Amino acid sequence: MTALLEVEGLSVHFETARGVVRAVEDLSFAVERGQTVALVGESGSGKSTAALSLLRLLPAGASKIAAGRVRLDGRDLLALPPRQLRDVRGAQVGMIFQDPMMALNPVYTIGRQIAETLRLHLGLAGPAAEARAIELLRRVQVPAPEQRIHQYPHNLSGGMRQRVMMAIALACRPALLIADEPTTALDVTVQAQVLALIDELKAELGMAVLLITHDLAVVWETAQRVIVLYAGRKVEEGPVGRILTRPRHPYTAGLLRAAQWAADGDRLAEIPGTVPSPHAMPPGCAFAPRCALAEDRCRRQAPPLRTLEPGHVAACFRAEEIAP
Amino acid sequence: MSPTLAFLTRRLLQLVPVVLAIAALNFALLHLAPGDAADIVAASSGGASAEFTAELRASFGLDRPLHEQFVLFIGRLLTLDLGWSHIQQAPVLELVAERIPATLLLMVAAITVALAAGMLLGILAAMRHRGWIDGILSVVALVVYATPQFWLGLMLIVLFSVTLGVLPSGGMMTIATEMGWAARAADIGRHLVLPSLTLGLFYVALYTRLMRASMLEVFTLDFITTARAKGLSETRIGFVHAARNALLPVVTLAGVQIGHILGGSILVETVFGWPGLGRLVFDALLQRDLPLLLGILLVSSVVVVLVNLVVDLLYGLLDPRIVHR
Amino acid sequence: MMGLLVFWRRFRRNRAAVAGLAVLLLVVAAAIIGPVLHPIDPFDMIGRPTQLPSARFLLGTDVSGRDILAGLLHGARVSLVVGIVASLVATAFGLLVGAVAGYYGGAVDNVLMRCTDFFLTIPSFVLAIVIVAIFQPSIVTVTSAIAAVSWPSVARLVRGEFIAQRDRDYVRACRALGMKDREIILRQILPNALPPVIVVSSLMVATAILTESGLSFLGLSDPDVISWGYQIGVGRTVLRVAWWMSAIPGITILVTVLAINLVGEGLNDALNPRLQQR
Repeated sequence: MTALLEVEGLSVHFETARGVVRAVEDLSFAVERGQTVALVGESGSGKSTAALSLLRLLPAGASKIAAGRVRLDGRDLLALPPRQLRDVRGAQVGMIFQDPMMALNPVYTIGRQIAETLRLHLGLAGPAAEARAIELLRRVQVPAPEQRIHQYPHNLSGGMRQRVMMAIALACRPALLIADEPTTALDVTVQAQVLALIDELKAELGMAVLLITHDLAVVWETAQRVIVLYAGRKVEEGPVGRILTRPRHPYTAGLLRAAQWAADGDRLAEIPGTVPSPHAMPPGCAFAPRCALAEDRCRRQAPPLRTLEPGHVAACFRAEEIAP
Repeated sequence: MSPTLAFLTRRLLQLVPVVLAIAALNFALLHLAPGDAADIVAASSGGASAEFTAELRASFGLDRPLHEQFVLFIGRLLTLDLGWSHIQQAPVLELVAERIPATLLLMVAAITVALAAGMLLGILAAMRHRGWIDGILSVVALVVYATPQFWLGLMLIVLFSVTLGVLPSGGMMTIATEMGWAARAADIGRHLVLPSLTLGLFYVALYTRLMRASMLEVFTLDFITTARAKGLSETRIGFVHAARNALLPVVTLAGVQIGHILGGSILVETVFGWPGLGRLVFDALLQRDLPLLLGILLVSSVVVVLVNLVVDLLYGLLDPRIVHR
Repeated sequence: MMGLLVFWRRFRRNRAAVAGLAVLLLVVAAAIIGPVLHPIDPFDMIGRPTQLPSARFLLGTDVSGRDILAGLLHGARVSLVVGIVASLVATAFGLLVGAVAGYYGGAVDNVLMRCTDFFLTIPSFVLAIVIVAIFQPSIVTVTSAIAAVSWPSVARLVRGEFIAQRDRDYVRACRALGMKDREIILRQILPNALPPVIVVSSLMVATAILTESGLSFLGLSDPDVISWGYQIGVGRTVLRVAWWMSAIPGITILVTVLAINLVGEGLNDALNPRLQQR
């Protein structure tokens, strides 16, 4: 049986005044049914761009999906006519976003925004839609849902809004939930609650989750597989246990160290250096300028992805030498 | 007291300084004018003897010191006495008050047309950003911005009244015919078409541009991506999700421009013989009726402030985040 | 000199603005040399009234048999002079009020902005009418009245610019060096605040011309000079039989104002390159 979601050779380019920016380049991965896959990287790594382009949600105009296939249940979403794509969005694939403050329409009630999806995809209207919206809010643990549906987003806390977003995303029992940094904008205590809720609902509905995050702690708790992105390219992929204990790419190792420092309370817990400007990509490995192991060939030629063990790949010439 | 009522009370109290300031301005203008009210009255009643002028001056209190006159002036204002029109032989307030409904009707019609059309065209232009509709609308807007309103009115009369003969060229209703209220309303409606179009067209162009810019801004916000991720059609996203949010800054601006619209209606009313404040201004100008002109300035300013208040209340209905306190 | 060249190169990129500039220069030329090339007094009744355009009267004659073309050429002078002078005066006054309010802040700012808001509230056209009516219509009173109702928007804009600039390092440095307030305002901040003001005041010329035409249409124009709005007012009396008589000066106003607006947008593109999206 094929995987639920198969992404093959996805490339997303932005036309800018200073030339073409390759935000995502030749990205391939798969998400099995019921599985949680984490897409990890710093800001600017292209992870959100990749997530948005799966459902062709990038703003039209500047951005262009240059190549690739995104197969959901075998159907290529990138080739689907708009009408059919809209039937997939919100029904088979739900999505939640980083900032729940901004992701809900400020001028409509919570109930109306949930009911909109129900009417569109399930044909529910009036009292039936309202009852279902209340039920959904209860499912995502929003207290007093009967009152909440008449409230506006600004009446709710950040955590509550993210729950409302989940109610909307899960309204049609999607097979896949794409969660784009779902906890970044939330308080620490609320973060844990929201993550636990995603896990719970995933088990209950048997859905798969594609989790986009920069936070390795989140990955450890929820994901089965991890994909690490750097400057638009996949640099490593593997099972969560291996990636977090025995990384095979210096960038992943750096991320782990930084996370460790952060946990120890170091305020400057970052990998030294910055992501190269998208307008001035180095010719070889994009990480080479920040890498302690970089040697001449790294600067000349981009290292290809190599399979190091079954299910674990990394794009580094010196993958074997990396200490955890 | 409910929050809204408290808000209303506070806003109405804010009227007081505005009225006082206009009163002071009026007073200053009157005293800067060459000759005083007595001279003007004397002149307007066809030349008068020096005694008569002096008598008038005393009766107006113009022989007293300036600050005393100002106190008297404000005192009269507080009792709603805006002065006396010696030409029309009637209190200014009465003359102005009977013209306000016609002007308000014209303004409301023009603003309604402008908001409705401007919203629709702005949404279309934004949804077809850089397309041919967008391009044509930009060019039309530029031309409309440059068109003198009163001249547009004249040209519309030439086209629709003189050449095509489909709409009346002036007045507010057909005079001297008995008709039922429905027929009367339709009659007024027919008379209203050209003036409100003339007054409104500039604002159609303006609101179209504003709505377009506002829509383009809203289109970049996250909740639009949410709406797309829900599977909504672009039409629904544009008209339901973006439009309602994009309308807010447009309404704010419409409120700010009430004074501008009222100024425009003066000219438009003159063109179409619409029996509102504009016609009254024109008559007052012809007869050099200064007290009446100053009264119109005062009352029209108050109208602007009051309409602004109504716009603020409407804004509260559109944006649930606003609570009037 | 270099700056001017860069400016022109940027301005030139906006084709509509260049076209607008060409038309505007044509109008200016017509105003300056037109009456010399076509030496006819616009108040002289020199022909049969209400004639259609012909070889002798290129744009026809009005109800009193006056040459419409001569009126247009003389009217151009009035429109341009009133428009430009009113805009300059309003800009100067708005700059003064806005600069003082923005630079000093506090109570001064509060009082000045209350005044500005007050003038933004009252219907400006009505105020202009009242001013002209009280002081009797003349070129001076019409210009002053238009300036008197146009300055508040400049004041608001300038105040915003000054507030944005007054705490920048270079201003602090000037203060530390003991520079006088007047010098800081005029020599240091003003040049930085000027570009958007230039755009607004160039667009204000267009509004002023429209206001002037409205006033003279109502009969509030200098009785000794002819103006476009006055010509429309004259033509209006015979609108049903001779529509062209009001149409011609109206189109002239439209084209002139359109040209100024296009030039204004071009100035905006050239002076504020970052703010091109409108």
